[in-house]
Amino acid sequence: MTPRHLLSVGDLGLDGIDEVLRLADTFVEVGRRPIPRVPALRGKTIVSTFFEDSTRTRLSFEAAAKRLSADVMTFTGSSSSLNKGESLRDTVLTLEAMGADAFVVRHSCAGVPAQVAGWLESAGGAGGAGGAGGQPGSGASVLNAGDGAHEHPTQALLDCFTISRERERRLGYSPARPAVLSGLSIAIVGDIRHSRVARSNVIAFSTLGATVTLVAPPTLLPPSLEGWPVEVSHDIDAVVAKSDVVYLLRLQSERMHEQFLPSLREYTATFGLTAERARLLGPSALVMHPGPVRRGIEIAAEVADSPVSVITTQVANGVAVRMAVLYLLLGSGAPVGA
Amino acid sequence: MGQRERTLVSPAGGVFRGRAVVMDAEDVRRATWRIAHEILEHNRGAGHLVLVGLQTGGVWIASALADVVRAVSATDVPVGALDVAYYRDDIGLRPVLPVAATEIPVDLGGAVVVLCDDVLFTGRTVRAALNALSDLGRPAAVQLAVMVDRGHRELPIRPDYVGKNLPTRRLEMVDVSPEGVVLGDMVASGDLGALGDAVAPEGEAV
Repeated sequence: MTPRHLLSVGDLGLDGIDEVLRLADTFVEVGRRPIPRVPALRGKTIVSTFFEDSTRTRLSFEAAAKRLSADVMTFTGSSSSLNKGESLRDTVLTLEAMGADAFVVRHSCAGVPAQVAGWLESAGGAGGAGGAGGQPGSGASVLNAGDGAHEHPTQALLDCFTISRERERRLGYSPARPAVLSGLSIAIVGDIRHSRVARSNVIAFSTLGATVTLVAPPTLLPPSLEGWPVEVSHDIDAVVAKSDVVYLLRLQSERMHEQFLPSLREYTATFGLTAERARLLGPSALVMHPGPVRRGIEIAAEVADSPVSVITTQVANGVAVRMAVLYLLLGSGAPVGA
Repeated sequence: MGQRERTLVSPAGGVFRGRAVVMDAEDVRRATWRIAHEILEHNRGAGHLVLVGLQTGGVWIASALADVVRAVSATDVPVGALDVAYYRDDIGLRPVLPVAATEIPVDLGGAVVVLCDDVLFTGRTVRAALNALSDLGRPAAVQLAVMVDRGHRELPIRPDYVGKNLPTRRLEMVDVSPEGVVLGDMVASGDLGALGDAVAPEGEAV
């Protein structure tokens, strides 16, 4: 069956992730053309519904949709009828009635994209948008662009793409498909507790065969790690020295409603990727960050700008990967997923 | 359309059963040789030529033509591969996925592009290819070389170079490879005893 939504990166499974990465390769090529646009999603309408601040994810999704020749409508929570008391459900159904084929949803509460998907399915495709992927009677698709501390699937996909293709480019070897990260040690460092990126990446990295180590102060780990396919360490120096990828997370101060850290300076000294600590990195190691970067806190500015860092590559790959996801859900009509 | 059709026509499975060998390997080699010469004659040499094979069945034809051109005129003609999936007009009507990234090694501005494909059928793939090319640059001219023209055009498109004109019925299949051209049908896989017989041509040469 063709999945209608992308709510969790776990929905895709190994073969689904591999298919997204394979399609992303073709869209990277499209991005290099004099006219970086294909007519694949002509006539489709994609609504970006962001109820929480975002720069790169929203612009990246919108660029991806435009490069696929879809029409893009942008909805921002702060300047909408939500302020007049309209419920989220009515807002979504109103947008669907205008002919939306897909909703790209970001919300500060976990589970909102799934809730929106549920509303759209029970509405039975009331909008005239027609079936995504040719399914009769189906309504619009929902793509999770980050929900609370739950998941951020497209970030995980672009991270997998970046690691796999960047190692291929730098080391000149082609990883085994579909498990393109097999044998790699990946450290995720920082505010795991509040991070949807960490949750999606733990799923995606381990699905693709990598060994994941979480490094964080105990206060910034989730209350329970039961069922997570990860190791935990508090010794960042040892982990940095043996990791193929060091993935840094931003301290999400906006979600910290209590005291999690003694001080930012102590955090940087104990868990930040300082210039001294970066010297422990292996010769082929990659340093990644989902952005926005807080220079001088989780990563030193000179490390972020050095060749080991692929932070801007991640952003560049984001457009191609989101094109792949949009095309897979809205255009391909192809079966994907676990 | 050989390889492409085989993957498209029968998503539920099914296999190609050959009925008649239309061209053998030697015929294909001779047709390739002749087309390459026609391309050189028509364009007065290999200057500005770029051979672009359509994924997947046209890619080997483009490189086979380039081999002949190299042997005849001692010129290395750039060879590219074009995947037109994102330009097809049947997206949403059936599964459409690209098989490989497009690779065009040179700037197409001012070039004479020869699109190469195994089978010319409805013309819709070529229409998609023409649109894709216009996003990649502005060639001085675009020409079309196919190994088999099987008729049934749905768009006003004609080939410049043809290996063989092959009258077919709409539902028949044409399988093209360097080993030969076989006319046959797609049959449900249950209709066959052993899959090994599937592509073995049963009829005699036409």
